[in-house]
Amino acid sequence: MKVVKLPKSKVEEFLSSLQDFGEVIIPKEKTEHPGVYYFDVMENPSEMAWEYLRTIIPPKKYLHKPREVIFKFHKEQGYQEVIEDKETKRILFGLHPCDIHGIKILDVVFNRDYMDPYYYARRKNTVIIGLSCLPDEKCFCKSMNTDYVEDGFDLFLSDIGEDFLVAVGTSLGDDLVAERAHLFSEVEEEDRRKYLAFRKKRNESFRLELDISDLPYILDLEQKSPIWDELGKRCLTCGSCSMVCPTCYCFNVYDTLNLDAKSGQRIKQWDACLFKDYALVAGGHNFRENRAERVKNRYYHKQFRMVEQYGKPSCVGCGRCIDACPAGIDVVEVLTKVREGSYVTH
Amino acid sequence: MENIYQPLETEVLDVITETPTIKTLVLKPPRPIPFRAGQFMQLTVFGVGEAPFTPSSSPFHPETMEITILKAGRVTAAVHQLKPGDRIGLRGPFGKGYPIEKFAGKEILVVGGGVGLAPLRALLYALFHEAEKYQRISIKYGARNPAELSFRRQYAAWQKIPNVDFEYTVDRAEGDYRGKIGLVTNLLDNLDLNLNNAYAVSCGPEVMLKFVTLKLLSIGFKPEQIYLSMNRNMSCGMGICGRCNIGPYYLCKDGPDMNFADIQKYPDVFG
Repeated sequence: MKVVKLPKSKVEEFLSSLQDFGEVIIPKEKTEHPGVYYFDVMENPSEMAWEYLRTIIPPKKYLHKPREVIFKFHKEQGYQEVIEDKETKRILFGLHPCDIHGIKILDVVFNRDYMDPYYYARRKNTVIIGLSCLPDEKCFCKSMNTDYVEDGFDLFLSDIGEDFLVAVGTSLGDDLVAERAHLFSEVEEEDRRKYLAFRKKRNESFRLELDISDLPYILDLEQKSPIWDELGKRCLTCGSCSMVCPTCYCFNVYDTLNLDAKSGQRIKQWDACLFKDYALVAGGHNFRENRAERVKNRYYHKQFRMVEQYGKPSCVGCGRCIDACPAGIDVVEVLTKVREGSYVTH
Repeated sequence: MENIYQPLETEVLDVITETPTIKTLVLKPPRPIPFRAGQFMQLTVFGVGEAPFTPSSSPFHPETMEITILKAGRVTAAVHQLKPGDRIGLRGPFGKGYPIEKFAGKEILVVGGGVGLAPLRALLYALFHEAEKYQRISIKYGARNPAELSFRRQYAAWQKIPNVDFEYTVDRAEGDYRGKIGLVTNLLDNLDLNLNNAYAVSCGPEVMLKFVTLKLLSIGFKPEQIYLSMNRNMSCGMGICGRCNIGPYYLCKDGPDMNFADIQKYPDVFG
């Protein structure tokens, strides 16, 4: 892999220059809530929150939109395709490895048996530029093997102090560097040592650990465990964990009619398997009526069924669900207790 | 690039009232939609929304498609308002359909309940197309009351097909009904068939599917000899949206007709 060096003194110039390519999305800090971060369109490179932790909503919101119009319909003209942001060229800048892994999972899900034209219209116009990070007490990407990325990015910036090492992941990334060659320099021996030192420091910074060895097997054995009922008593099934999850992709499709009663829109909108009406069918039968069944379904989808279907779990250890849960449910704690068989209600 | 979500505008040729709660739409798509028996379509009612239904017509006549629908919710209530000449949207087919190739030379036991006979009718047409290929086709059907017996005008013709026997029952008799009374599972008592060479296929309400399955198992059917139509609120049809999973399976993509051996261990099979 080609690696070049970008001095921090030139990084804002680099960021500004990316606007020539298209819309640049960066993590920003909420002025009214210090320490709370969100992805948004960059207006000025000084808005970039270099030391950010996880954002509230992951960058999937730019690819799999929270709510989008997928067709406009009219009684005479039928259903006409609408693909929002179809022509928008966009750079997702500053993504941490966990979020890049999240997008890698969505890339597979939305193009397995059928290609989702909405996701892919946006995906093919999206550039991903990653950024190294240091974990906090809710990060467990190291346990999920998502703490580093070898692909899935166009460029990846690693912080080595005065400079960033910039790994080039694609030919498009190579072009982005080549077009701005004056900003970059060669990597020197000292930089390599700094990078290894950074890696060591980062590896030693993880405080949260989850043992995922043979976890699908253990979950399969624990299908009827009382743990799920206990969890069902705590979980409010509010769906916050799904909304903030980089890999949750469930959605619903529905129509809304305009006031003229002749035209309207077909909407595709995020949904969550935790919601009470999720498995409700016409006639009133609900296939997962109680909360325990729904919360269990979410855990099994992430850690069991995804492994069966795609070969790896769909949890990237970003810690957002731990942060977002109003009932204080911690996925690491739950899965650890499943393994130990030691769950007790709080 | 073809958009898999795009509904194909389709004319309603006719609307047949099957029972007080069930109607059949006869549809004329602008181009034939080839499908396998058991595969389903996503049907759009203009301005109301989209819902999954399995055709009830013969896969050998894809130029017109019939879909038989029970009035049960929002979209189906709108379906029941449709008139000849109206236009609806179709996309699909989705799912795998019945593994009809496996049925050659076998005794096929088809067990339907209520509107569940609709998807099964597509299978029956496919089986009747080459009825001699199968050892025997036994159909057992139950409805709530005589008025709710779907496709009643066809029973006499079906009973005349060599290799085919057809029996039906109602939960409650009414009026001048003189046929069998009782649950459809009663028709599975004293079955005269070679269990080693049989498959059972069932479609109906969840509670009926459950008791039919238990009955079949108690008779001696092995789980891998039982196919069940598992239906959920499929929103995409492509194994993405996540509304229809049982264990690792997405019913829209891996079903909706599932081999019971594959799904029996998952607790939400019958809801």
